[in-house]
Amino acid sequence: MSETEIDLTQSDLPDDGRYRLRLYVAGQTAKSLAAMANLRRFCEEHLAGRYEIEVIDLMQNPQLAAGDQILAIPTLVRRLPAPLKRIIGDLSNTEKVLVGLDIRPDLDRAPPAKGPPEADRP
Amino acid sequence: MNEPQAQPDAPPALPKAATGIEGFDAVTFGGLPAGRPSLVCGSAGCGKTLFATTFLVNGATRYGEPGVFMSFEERAEDLVANVASLGYDLDGLIAKGKIAIDHVRVERSEIEETGDYDLEGLFIRLGFAVDSIGAKRIVLDTIETLFSGFSDEAVLRAELRRLFGWIKDRGLTAIITGERGTGQLTRQGLEEYVSDCVVLLDNRVEDQITTRRLRVVKYRGSPHGTNEYPFLIDAEGISVLPVTSADLDYPVSEGVLPTGIDGLDAMLGAGGFYRGSGILVSGESGTGKTMVCASIVDAACARGERCLAFVFEESGEQIARNARSIGVDLARHVEAGLLRYEAARPSLYGLEMHLARMQRDIDRFAPDLVVVDPLSALRGPDAELQATVLRMADLLKGRGITALFTSLREDGGLGRDGDIGLSSLMDAWIKLLNVEANGERSRTLYVIKARGMSHSNQVREFMMSGSGLSLVDAYVGPAGVLTGTARAVQEAEEAAQDLRRRQENRRRQREAERRRRSLDRQIEELRADLEAVAEEEAILLDEDERREAALLSERRVLAVRRGGER
Repeated sequence: MSETEIDLTQSDLPDDGRYRLRLYVAGQTAKSLAAMANLRRFCEEHLAGRYEIEVIDLMQNPQLAAGDQILAIPTLVRRLPAPLKRIIGDLSNTEKVLVGLDIRPDLDRAPPAKGPPEADRP
Repeated sequence: MNEPQAQPDAPPALPKAATGIEGFDAVTFGGLPAGRPSLVCGSAGCGKTLFATTFLVNGATRYGEPGVFMSFEERAEDLVANVASLGYDLDGLIAKGKIAIDHVRVERSEIEETGDYDLEGLFIRLGFAVDSIGAKRIVLDTIETLFSGFSDEAVLRAELRRLFGWIKDRGLTAIITGERGTGQLTRQGLEEYVSDCVVLLDNRVEDQITTRRLRVVKYRGSPHGTNEYPFLIDAEGISVLPVTSADLDYPVSEGVLPTGIDGLDAMLGAGGFYRGSGILVSGESGTGKTMVCASIVDAACARGERCLAFVFEESGEQIARNARSIGVDLARHVEAGLLRYEAARPSLYGLEMHLARMQRDIDRFAPDLVVVDPLSALRGPDAELQATVLRMADLLKGRGITALFTSLREDGGLGRDGDIGLSSLMDAWIKLLNVEANGERSRTLYVIKARGMSHSNQVREFMMSGSGLSLVDAYVGPAGVLTGTARAVQEAEEAAQDLRRRQENRRRQREAERRRRSLDRQIEELRADLEAVAEEEAILLDEDERREAALLSERRVLAVRRGGER
């Protein structure tokens, strides 16, 4: 199994301030469907226009589970902006999702006045 | 263990997966339950991970069963490095697709829980790893780490129950390791879920000496050894050492093991010791015990027999060097692979461990002769010491191995108070005694006992010289037993007396000769006289005859004349 956990997933992506999120699910379970719906709704609310969501079904691609150290299903991984964040559960607790993704509602609601630029990575 | 005979007949024998761990498979009559999870628990540093890794590696290399190692603690690289010291080439096995390692990182700080979840990801990873190499065995080390990463214990417990069910459904032989908890076998009570087979590892320190022990706490549907067995982790891996108490029904050998010490063989009625017997060589330090052993070992190796020596006070090389001074070359036997020295300080292990290590080495080396030098170096509580020595003797006798023990105590005792009778366990007892007299010490040797054979009851003086050991008859005479210089003086005196006796004898012989010769001479003279007399006699006789003849002729003439006259 590969031990590459954090590196490859980020280095090939441009850090343009967009939120790149990856949701790991396993089949069309109730929890998975709930998580997907909750995520879409949440992003539209807080990150409109500056997010990308990638849904990975581990039933189809089981080899991807080890790479991102997935144990719990569903797991949401914030690949960018750095650092990598992991949130598990069906994302029903919006407050915790905000904390988990490190989003401050008041600042993020005004896109031009985005907070202090994060340290750029090559 | 309880009913060893009844078991082989029982038809629905539980299928078992051999671990390849020496001794463990014997204790469990075949290994772990195949296709089921087993729990291996113990406190930190007691060898859980090693046990599990050995199970996997042996499965992959010996039993054609690939395995998955799912590590919740160590990273794959660390794991590979850790077991490399045991000679396990995990990287090689991974490259060949026989073993897969998946490191599951559980980091509480990185995980934010936002609602319902399950551990399907773990199942998927495990399933993927199992399928990718066709694994038959898996190890989960240590799954309790999950409890530190996730806060919802109810979910975790449900998922663990599901996981163990999943393992059974897939028919995987699994080892789950668990840290020892207070009041229960594992911290999170894993024994509640994994109930087929539970193995407890323990690492106990007594008198500053550590002994690793293993116990099969339960094994559903199978008999198993219930004792605590010592186990060993060293460069040769992990081995469990069931030191079973032997019965007194060993095969008895009639063969004789000559000692190679001329005088000693002559003292023993059979010309040596019986093979398979236990021989005690006792004597204080400096009496030559080790050299006696070295001589016997040398003789045995020279006959092509295999010898294994457990030495507690010297290294093998040191003994070999010292033996060279008496003209015994042990190094060549070591090189030829006939002789092996296992040197260890007595304090290195506990008694159980020493015994266990011995058993393992004996079974591997298959020696004809085993030397334990000195047995009295083993330390421990008296009761344990006696049991250990008893089992050691049984162990060797049960295998028909001749055993040579040395003891520093002159009376052959053992232990602090010396009330442990060692001598009665032994079949033969050679006692070496330094006799101090006239300002010098000399080495003497007694055969105190030799079961089943006549033996000399006399004391012998034994000498160490560049040409080996030799026994000299001690002087036993009117002046008592003399050894050393006293013996030499006595011998010189006897020699002088002898010389005087011989000289006297020769003188008297000469005297007799002279007398005989003088008598001969007298006989000669008498004979000469006799001859002279005889000659004289003959002459006289002759004259007589002639005179008679003359007379006769004269008478005739006279007669003629008288007739003429008539």
